[in-house]
Amino acid sequence: MERPRTGETAARQGWMSVLAKARADDVLAAWEGLDDKPQYRPLRGPETGLVMIQARAGGVGAKFNFGEMTVTRCSVELDDGTVGHAYVPGTDGGHAEAAAVLDALLQNGARRALLMDAIVSPLAAAHSERRRTRAMKTAATRVDFFTLVRGDSE
Amino acid sequence: MTASVAFTGSPGRGFARYTYDAQATFRTLLDAMARPGTIGSVAAEPEAPAPLDPATAAIALCLFDHDTQVWLGDGIAGLAAYEYFRFHCGCPLIKSALAADFAVCLASAGMPPLAQFDAGTDEFPDGSATLVVQVPALEGGRGIRLTGPGIEREAHLSVAGVPDYFWAARRDQQAIFPRGIDVVFTCGERLVALPRSTEIEV
Repeated sequence: MERPRTGETAARQGWMSVLAKARADDVLAAWEGLDDKPQYRPLRGPETGLVMIQARAGGVGAKFNFGEMTVTRCSVELDDGTVGHAYVPGTDGGHAEAAAVLDALLQNGARRALLMDAIVSPLAAAHSERRRTRAMKTAATRVDFFTLVRGDSE
Repeated sequence: MTASVAFTGSPGRGFARYTYDAQATFRTLLDAMARPGTIGSVAAEPEAPAPLDPATAAIALCLFDHDTQVWLGDGIAGLAAYEYFRFHCGCPLIKSALAADFAVCLASAGMPPLAQFDAGTDEFPDGSATLVVQVPALEGGRGIRLTGPGIEREAHLSVAGVPDYFWAARRDQQAIFPRGIDVVFTCGERLVALPRSTEIEV
């Protein structure tokens, strides 16, 4: 039931993903550093709950419940009526709130380019750097198993 | 103070203090159900899109969730209300009145026949629907005498804007007790309950 990721939707999914995966401290620091903070009011949350993560073995098998994940969500409305949403991992309400306000701001075409450069791109870069470091550490402990020919099959 | 907001693409704020407001609303409903005919007042005033009154919206925010099938009557099933219920309650909004756990309707838009809702079964009377009816006023309508559990001698109900066929159907329903539909009338931030156990005399 996945919707096509095109244009505006894909762009929004992109920055929402970056804001959610970024470290809470980094998102809050970016929010603190933002000039010209908008007035906004909460519509819902921040509130914390559990989300069932589903997976498919090898990405192709039958769907199964992988486990539950703690998620905090928040929705806000700017003074101009734009609504921003955020679902972030963990229990940090500040992270969710800042991400929701940034989501609302990013929908405004006039501010988007500036915000993408100042906030979203650095957060995305930091995230891929964290992934890379982790992948390297993991790769260093990798063990390859070989099945030796036992010679009894003749 | 009616907190109505025009639909701007924003569903509006629900309860300001979610847990406390939901608990207070639940208590108000509980007291109203225990004392049929006694008017209760919902302290929390959530924002609600027209045409929903604060009490109607508060009941929805308090009781509706992803496990409850909700049916909306004429005059409510617009975009603003739809967004509101979907966003704040996460409840499935269904077209079949018979399958509904809760139904919300406006007396001013013509009440649906009581018979189209699920009255439960003798084994599971709790499977029945609860009807939330928003009326123009809780006083000044046709006087109804109430007797039964939760009423010492008799109580009186005079909600306005409810058609005679509703009262006739409600009286007929007494014959199938413990099956039946529980009703809550709302107006502004006030509400009054008419549970199935109450006998009415028009």
